[in-house]
Amino acid sequence: MKNIIVCIKQVPDTTEVRIDSNTNTLIREGIPCIINPFDLYAIEEGLRIKEKYGGKVIVISMGPPQVVESLKEAISLGVDEAILLSDRKFAGSDTLATSYTLSRGILKIGDYDIIICGKQAIDGDTAQVGPGIAEFLNIPQITYVRKIREITDNSIVAERLTETGIDVIKSKLPVLLTVVKEINEPRLPSLKNKMKAKKYQPIIWGFNDLDIKEPYIGLDGSPTRVIKIFSPQISVQSEMINGEPDEVAKILLDKLKI
Amino acid sequence: MDYLLTDEQIEIKNLARKIAEEKIKPIREEYDKTGEFPREIIKYLKEADLCGVYIPEEYGGFGGGSMAMAIVTEELSRACGGIALAFAATGLGSYPILLHGNEEQKQTYLTKIASGEALAAFALTEAEAGSDVSNVRTIAKKEGDYYILNGTKQWITNGGEAEIYTVFALTDPDKGGARGMSAFIVEKGYEGFSFGKKEDKMGIRASATRELIFQDCKVPAKNLLGKEGRGFKIAMDTFDKSRPGVAAQAVGIAQGALEEAVKYAKQRKQFGEPISSFQGIQFILSQMATKIEAARALVYSVCRMIDAGVSDVSKESAMAKFFASEVAMEVTINAVQVLGGYGYMKEYPVEKMMRDAKITQIYEGTNQIQQLIIARHLIKEYR
Repeated sequence: MKNIIVCIKQVPDTTEVRIDSNTNTLIREGIPCIINPFDLYAIEEGLRIKEKYGGKVIVISMGPPQVVESLKEAISLGVDEAILLSDRKFAGSDTLATSYTLSRGILKIGDYDIIICGKQAIDGDTAQVGPGIAEFLNIPQITYVRKIREITDNSIVAERLTETGIDVIKSKLPVLLTVVKEINEPRLPSLKNKMKAKKYQPIIWGFNDLDIKEPYIGLDGSPTRVIKIFSPQISVQSEMINGEPDEVAKILLDKLKI
Repeated sequence: MDYLLTDEQIEIKNLARKIAEEKIKPIREEYDKTGEFPREIIKYLKEADLCGVYIPEEYGGFGGGSMAMAIVTEELSRACGGIALAFAATGLGSYPILLHGNEEQKQTYLTKIASGEALAAFALTEAEAGSDVSNVRTIAKKEGDYYILNGTKQWITNGGEAEIYTVFALTDPDKGGARGMSAFIVEKGYEGFSFGKKEDKMGIRASATRELIFQDCKVPAKNLLGKEGRGFKIAMDTFDKSRPGVAAQAVGIAQGALEEAVKYAKQRKQFGEPISSFQGIQFILSQMATKIEAARALVYSVCRMIDAGVSDVSKESAMAKFFASEVAMEVTINAVQVLGGYGYMKEYPVEKMMRDAKITQIYEGTNQIQQLIIARHLIKEYR
């Protein structure tokens, strides 16, 4: 097995997040940051593939220097290497620019068989970056993977969770997978890896380290514009129907007919 | 309070706390009810490399010594004193090998314990040999390359669950327990070694407490720890090192109870105010917290003495076990008092903590025995 690359995102711990009622935006100051929970399943699956088929697990992320802490956390889980793409020029990236930048980082790592992402991040909930990376790398993708059945030298068979059931998909390698939480139970960090993580310095690549085109990165490379953020108004009119079950059922049925 | 822990000790503490919070707390009530052995938690401790924190690196451990042992025991006990015991009792079962085993025995057994592959147990107590350790009746008779063990051990923690047992038996019955007792490593599965009754206990219900039965059990002669007749010394040396572990368990249980009491006192309103605003409650909470800190300080001091290689820690070890367990009992009783009627109900965890605390005053030498040890040292010291 060649390299197994896991893409992770550092997100604010949403259990701690509050909304600024004036601006309707997240108050991020002083909120602890965590690895996006879905990405923990991606890391775990990467480690399991390594344990079964060999290879090296490398995590990659894009973001400000503080993301180093999340990368160290990945090391404490048993990941071999961690890479951070960080540059002022990357700031303001939407999902398109992020996918492009990450794909350039992955090209620089090279020699990969499998790229794994969590199905989506809990802050943006877009589920676009994983598929975007696959497109930029021009490789196949299997999204919402709940189980890997088999990996051979040049192919993979995976179960994909859908709203109506399960798709069983065979793909050639290299492939990009996005995983759902049904796929595994993420492990705890181990003491030995925690001590390793304490000393570990992730590799940091900036704009100049990558073969990357400026118009496609950062704010300039991001067509998405956030016009307004608001909480949707919930206006459901409800009516209570009281009475004996038989009567109530009849009234309800009449109302539903209309 | 800053306990001046090293970076490594802080990592150990955080990791143990993570397991306690995420894995133990959600299941402790159920395990207390059923008395099931917490295999699942052992698996997490194994994954996290915590099984061997106190075992030297050359035997696959982390080399964190007594302090690491105490930190893990305390953190796990903060969530559940019963579940923590699977870990702590393995420590007790390992110490005889750690302190008196030869290189081959250490390589064979400590490595398995450190990796989490095997749990250990310490088997000394018998029906007639509790505080009077020397009254052991189990016999070990040498026949060729084996010792043949006959007898019954009682109330053995991790009994039936552990793979490795350090068992004390008389090799020279004429000399009695003090000079005629020896210690052996007995593996689960040896011919003639079986398990008897599993006890139904007041507290620490998730721990396994069981009888060990030896009927012409063949133990290889190479499994003798130290020399024949050294059993009593091995047991006493073990207790000197293991008692801070019980003390740490007591501190953990007490800490858990304090946290529940403060949390409840802030939420519970009576006479229109949270009960934490009443001095009657404040005094109770203050006393609980202060006594816990004093107990913890004593436990950590003794552990640091042991890790620094101080030769005789018998008195201090007894003091730590005695004081911390008394504090745990008092604090958990008061936690139930702060929670009032709710504290008495099983839906709140403090009644369980009170039941769990009681054993710390009894096992690994009753607190009366601890006081005898302390007094004997005092009489010797002040001539």
